[in-house]
Amino acid sequence: MQRVEGEIKQKAHELLKSGVVSSVLAWKKGDLVYDAAPAFFKSPNALEDMVYNGFCCSNLSKYLIEKDSENEKVLVFLKPCDTYSLNQLLSNHRVIKDKIYAVGIGCDGKIDIEKLRAKGVKGILEIEEDGESLKIQTLYGDETCVRRDILLEKCLNCKGKDHMVYDELIGSELSEETALGDKFSQVDELEKMSSDDRFEFWRCELSKCIRCNACRNVCPSCTCRKCVFDNPHSGVNAKVNVTDFEENMFHIIRAFHVAGRCSDCGECTRVCPQGIPLQLLNRKFIKDINNFYGDFQAGETVESRSPLFDYNFEDIEPNVISKGRGIN
Amino acid sequence: MQRIGAFVCWCGSNIAGTVDIDAVTKSAADEPGVVYSAEYQYMCSEGGQLAIRRAVEEHGLTGIAVCACSPRMHETTFRKTAAAAGLNPYMVEIANIREHCSWIHKNRESATEKATILMRAAIAKLNLNKPLFPGESGVVKRALVIGGGIAGIQTALDIADAGYEVDIVEKSPTIGGRMAQLDKTFPTLDCSACILTPKMVDAAQHDNISLYTYSEVDEVSGYVGSFSVKIRQKARSVNRELCNGCGDCITKCPVKKANSEFDEGLSKRSAIYVPFAQAVPNIPVVDRENCTRFKTGKCGLCEKICGTKAIDFEQQDEIIEREYGVIIVATGFKPLSPERYGEYLYGQSPDVLTSLEFERMMNAAGPTGGVLKRLSNNEKPKSIVFIQCVGSRADAKKGKTYCSKICCMYTAKHAMLVKEKYPDIDVHVFYIDVRTPGKNFDEFYRRAAEQYDVNYIKGMVGKLADEDGRLRVIASDLLDGKQITIDADLVVLATAVEASPDVRALGTMLTASMDQNNFFTEAHPKLRPVESPTAGIFLSGVCQGPKDIPETVAQAGAAAVKALGILSKNKLIGNPCIAESNELLCNGCSCCENVCPYGAIEYTEKEINDHGNRNNRRVAQVNEAICQGCGACTVACPSGSMDLKGFTNRQIMAEVDAICRT
Repeated sequence: MQRVEGEIKQKAHELLKSGVVSSVLAWKKGDLVYDAAPAFFKSPNALEDMVYNGFCCSNLSKYLIEKDSENEKVLVFLKPCDTYSLNQLLSNHRVIKDKIYAVGIGCDGKIDIEKLRAKGVKGILEIEEDGESLKIQTLYGDETCVRRDILLEKCLNCKGKDHMVYDELIGSELSEETALGDKFSQVDELEKMSSDDRFEFWRCELSKCIRCNACRNVCPSCTCRKCVFDNPHSGVNAKVNVTDFEENMFHIIRAFHVAGRCSDCGECTRVCPQGIPLQLLNRKFIKDINNFYGDFQAGETVESRSPLFDYNFEDIEPNVISKGRGIN
Repeated sequence: MQRIGAFVCWCGSNIAGTVDIDAVTKSAADEPGVVYSAEYQYMCSEGGQLAIRRAVEEHGLTGIAVCACSPRMHETTFRKTAAAAGLNPYMVEIANIREHCSWIHKNRESATEKATILMRAAIAKLNLNKPLFPGESGVVKRALVIGGGIAGIQTALDIADAGYEVDIVEKSPTIGGRMAQLDKTFPTLDCSACILTPKMVDAAQHDNISLYTYSEVDEVSGYVGSFSVKIRQKARSVNRELCNGCGDCITKCPVKKANSEFDEGLSKRSAIYVPFAQAVPNIPVVDRENCTRFKTGKCGLCEKICGTKAIDFEQQDEIIEREYGVIIVATGFKPLSPERYGEYLYGQSPDVLTSLEFERMMNAAGPTGGVLKRLSNNEKPKSIVFIQCVGSRADAKKGKTYCSKICCMYTAKHAMLVKEKYPDIDVHVFYIDVRTPGKNFDEFYRRAAEQYDVNYIKGMVGKLADEDGRLRVIASDLLDGKQITIDADLVVLATAVEASPDVRALGTMLTASMDQNNFFTEAHPKLRPVESPTAGIFLSGVCQGPKDIPETVAQAGAAAVKALGILSKNKLIGNPCIAESNELLCNGCSCCENVCPYGAIEYTEKEINDHGNRNNRRVAQVNEAICQGCGACTVACPSGSMDLKGFTNRQIMAEVDAICRT
C-alpha cells in the first residue's frame, strides 16, 4: 500500500496543479502514526502531510457535504466500502456528482489501534505493512503482528474489494476482502435473548452514552441540515431532562432515521469513545429489511431505492408485506 | 392560548351505559386549555349542536373537543356546527369513546378511564390545532368509462344523456362485452343480443359519446376533477376513417384457423376479422400474431381487395392524451378456467364445456348454429349433466371463496333451454344450494325443476371418468345419502366469475384499492357501493363483485349519478389536511418524493434564506391539488421538514404524551 500512497499523492498533485480540482479530501498525518485524520488540502505544497496507510480508516464521503454549496470541485479518495456511502449521498442529492472527482483506492483492511494496544503493543513509532504481516517499530523495540488479528470491527464485515462508484481507480488490484464471518451473527444472538435480557443488554450499553454526538456526526447517512435532536420543534430534543431513558432513545431514534439508508459502514461503532456496539442496532434493521422485502444493500447503485423509501405499482396495498416484495 | 370546550356525548345508553359520563366531563374541565365542559344525551342532535353553538358564544371558545362516536360518523356534523358558531371547522377534535371504548368494553371503571385518556389526547391535540383553509379546484366536464360491456355502456349513456361528454375505452375491437356472448337472459329468456345491440348502437351514435375500441389505458395522473389519462389506441391495421365495413377483406383472408375469442375458441376466424356480426364499430382488425403478412411479409390479399384503401399494415399504436373530471371503472370479469380441476376432465374431453362455451353453442349465430351436439362425434347428446359452483364457494387455495351469484340462475336457464328445444334429453343439475333471490328468480328455477322436469340433485361431483366415449359422473346425492353415477354425453361446468388479474395494474394507476380477489373495493359496503375510496373514481358492474345483468345495469346508472354529482359542479373543495414542507429544514433528499403514491411532490432549486445565510438549495414542494394527505412523506422525511396539516408531528406527539401521562 506504500506504492498506492505515492500514486495518490501524485494524482492529487497533478489535479490540484492543473486546476481540475480546487481541493483534495484525503487523510492527514497526525502527531502519532495512528492519528491520521480526514483533511482538505488546498495547495500542492500542503500535500506533504497527506498519508495513506493502515490507520486511514475514516470514511471520507460525508465530508463532501460541507462542500455542496461551494462552486468548486473536490478530489476525494475512497476505499471500496466508502463508495457505498457516496452512492447513498448521491442518491439523496446531498452530494452532487459533478462537483467531485472520486478516485477509488485499494484497501486491505484497516487497523484497530485498540486491538493493537490490547495485544500489549505500545509506544508505536512506525508501521511497515507488508500484506498480511505488519512490522511495528515501538519505543520498546520491534514487534510483528498478523493483520487479520487487529482488524477494525467494520473490516471484519468487509463488503468486498469492488468500488461502487469512481472516476478512476488506483491500486484497486491490491485490495483484499477481509470479511471473516456472518455480519448478522451478533444480531441473531440478540434476537435469541429474552426481551428482558435484551432490554437489559441495551440499557447497559446505551447508558454508557455521553451524548458526544460523534456517531451522528460521522455517520454518512445522518446528513440533515438540521438534526431533529437540535430542533426544538421536533419534540425529541433535550429529552434527557425528563428521564435518562429518553436519552437512550437517541440511539434508537437515530437507528430508525438511517434505516434503509445505512450502508453498514461501521463508522458509528468505530468512533464511539464509550465502545457502544451501535452498528448492531443498524444491522438489526438491515436484517429485517432483507427479511421483509428481499436483500437490499444501501448504496450499491445511485438508482437503487431502499424498500423503505420507495413506492411502486405493486404497493397498492401498503399494509400487506410479503417477503421479496409483491402482493399475495 | 386556546379556549377549549369539551362536550361529552351519552349516545343514549351506547356510551353512557359503559362510561361514567359525569366523571369524563368533570376531568375534562381540568385539562389544559379547557374553559368549559358539558355533557348531552345526543350531541349530534339539533339540541346537542345548539348547546355547542351557545357555549362557543358564551364562553368565547376557540376550539371544540367532542367525545362521542367515530369521526367517520359525525366529524363533518361537528365541523359544520363549529362553522355555524363562527369557528374554523378544523378547530374540532373528536375523541372516539364509542367504537373505540364503550362498544368494546364491559367494565365500567376501566372504560371510563380509557374514555378519559382518549378525551385527554384529543384536547392535547386540539391545543395545537390551527385554522385550516381548503383550496378549490376546477372540474373537467368529461367522464372516462373504462370497459365497454353493458355496465360501461349504460354508465356512458346515462352521463351522456345528462349532457356531458363521455369516452369509453374498450380493450377488445368491439363494445358489448360478455353480454354480447350470451344467448338468452334470465329470468325472461329474451335474446341477449336483441336487447344489447340497440344500446351498443345508441352509444356509438350518441353525440356526447366517443368510443375508443381496441384501446387500453396506459397512464393516469391527476386527481378528482382533473385526471390526465393516456389512452393507447392499438394499431388495428385498418384505417377507421376509410373503412366502410363491407367485409371483403374478411372473406378474402386466406388464414381461417385463428381461434375466435367471441366463440370461446369453439370456432375459427380469419386473421382480419370483426368479432361478431353486430360489432360496434363495424371495423375489422388485423390479428398480427396470425396474419401471414406480419408473419412472413407475403400475402397482403386484404390490402389488394379493399376498395377504400383502408388496410394499413404500417399503422402504429396511437397515444391519446385527454383530461377527465371523473373515471368510471367497468372492467367486468372473465370466467374462471376450470383446467385446474383435473377431476372434471376439462380440456381432456371435448364434451366437457364451460357454461360460456355452452352459451355460444346454444346461440343460433354460434359455432354449431345453435345445434346442440357432442363435439367428440357431432352426435346429439342423450343426457347432460350441469355441475354448479365450479371454483366458487371453494377454499382460497382451490378457487374463489365467494359465491359467483349468477350460476344458479344461468344453469336453470341452460337446463330449460335444452328441455325446450330437446324434450327427450335427460338433464341433471348438481348443486350445493340453489340461490335464487331476485325478482321472479325462484319462480324461474321452479319452472325448470317442476315444469321442465330437470333433475336437480343436491350434491357434489367427485370426478368424471371417460368410459368408451361417454362421461361417467361419479357424485354424491346428499339428500339420499348415497353415491350415484350418471352416464352423460355432455357435461357443463358453471365456472366462477373472476376479475381478470390484469386489472390490478389499472387499480394501481387509479390508486383505487382492490380486495384479494382483484375486485375493486367500494368506499362503504352498504352506503357507498358505487364509489371507490379514491375521490373521483366510480365502480360500475362486476368489477366491484359478481352481479347479474339487472344489478349491473342498476349499478351502472348509480355510478353515472355519482359521477354527474361531480361533473355538474364548477368547483371542488379540497381537503386542507395535506402535506407541507418546511424549506429551511428540507435536505432535498427525495425520500418523500419516492414514497408519494400520488406524485404530489416535486423538487426545485431555490434560493433559501436560512437566517441570513442565502444559498441555492434543492427543496421539496407539495402540489396542494394532488396531495391526498396520506402522510407517507412525513414518515419518510428524516429531518421532519415534511408535516401534515391537521396531523402535525407535534400534534401526534402531544396525543401520545397525553396518553402516556399518569
